[in-house]
Amino acid sequence: MATTGVMRPGHIQLRVLDIDESVEFYKNMLGLVETGRDAQGRVYFKAWDERDHNSVILRQADRAGMDLMGFKVKDRATLEQFDKDLQAYGVATERIPAGELLETGERVRFTTPTGHVMELYADKTDVGNGQPYTNPDPWIPAAEHGIAPHRFDHCLLYGPNIEENLKLFTEVLGFHLVERILMEDGEALLATFISCSHKAHDLAFVCHPEPGRLHHLSFLLGSWEQVLRAADIMSMNKVSIDIGPTRHGVTRGTTIYAFDPSGNRFETFCGGYETYPDHQPLTWTFDEVGTGIFYHDRKLNDRFLGVVT
Amino acid sequence: MERLPRSIAATPAEGEQAALGAARREAEATAAARTYFAVTVADTGEAFRCGEHETLLAGMERLGKCGIPVGCRGGGCGVCKVRIESGAFCARAMSREHVSAEEEGAGIVLACRVKPLSDIRLAVLGKMKKKVCA
Ligand code: FES
Ligand SMILES: [Fe+2]
Repeated sequence: MATTGVMRPGHIQLRVLDIDESVEFYKNMLGLVETGRDAQGRVYFKAWDERDHNSVILRQADRAGMDLMGFKVKDRATLEQFDKDLQAYGVATERIPAGELLETGERVRFTTPTGHVMELYADKTDVGNGQPYTNPDPWIPAAEHGIAPHRFDHCLLYGPNIEENLKLFTEVLGFHLVERILMEDGEALLATFISCSHKAHDLAFVCHPEPGRLHHLSFLLGSWEQVLRAADIMSMNKVSIDIGPTRHGVTRGTTIYAFDPSGNRFETFCGGYETYPDHQPLTWTFDEVGTGIFYHDRKLNDRFLGVVT
Repeated sequence: MERLPRSIAATPAEGEQAALGAARREAEATAAARTYFAVTVADTGEAFRCGEHETLLAGMERLGKCGIPVGCRGGGCGVCKVRIESGAFCARAMSREHVSAEEEGAGIVLACRVKPLSDIRLAVLGKMKKKVCA
């Protein structure tokens, strides 16, 4: 599949309760690379292997959670087209000027039916992954600093109207449904896992009465060995671990869920499979939801449905 | 903006191993000198010992006790909300989404953000909301 239209999750802006403590956590425990700070006091990071200037932005606030998530689209013409398509579909859009986020071009902002603020943008400065574009080495010292994920990969978000939400992402934004979990009635959707690329998911939603909630943001690791190493680093640093290392039935990823110092859940995971838009979606029934989420425990922990920010 | 340097991570300082050993000995000495208090969960009558250095929730969990629901342990999700009925404590910033300034003034706090300064008696307010859409 040619990656076109919406290409990938590009950035997430998180609210944290104590910026200094969080910067230390994201920089030295998780091992992201700090790339800038702006006049508002926001701190910018990227994973070592990402090429664009920033992917995780921290903002100090009086509550935890996600301010917004941004997706990079192929080019400016695509951005203009999506803005028109969203409006034609009845979704209000807003333009955020270039430079409001450091090294990031103009953004088209809208709110999903699940109550999440999303943005599309075409430009973010290529700062490279610490390697030249000619004759690069496979990795750099930053690849071993802290957990050191390769990239910010996807989010699982909680909110209402997930059927309507699925329609918006598939019909307007070009995502395809990869997996889904059904409610007890065998019809309504409890969860959707959608992709705009080859990845098993670029975004996922769980049906939840409160809009705009963050379940987790996820970071990609290179191997199961690195997932185990991540768990070791978390325990060395007394990080609040939710569950894992284990495997998801859904998407097959090997995973750890843990929390940042403000209670925002994050995931460090590896694996999954590749998808194409012609693949028919996989379906999990309500009675197997535990297996779908935590393949070895075969049941949900209380925190999976009850703890969000 | 300029390309990031080829080497981003700091190289470990010389003698870091020795410094770690010293830090560990210091931590052990500090641990031996710690003060512990009794925390009672009014709802269940369950009591546990909690150090001045740890949060009420961490103290409970470390001893394998229960009574207060455990969520994010970071003051963000609100599931560990309690009312302090008696005792002194110090609290770190907690999400205003879950504890308003007025509530905080009335001793309503998130157990994962509060360390004891005396024996504590508390009532559990937080429910583990297992909400999915109807
Ligand atoms: S456990 Fe989440 S706020 Fe305390
Ligand atoms: Fe995930």
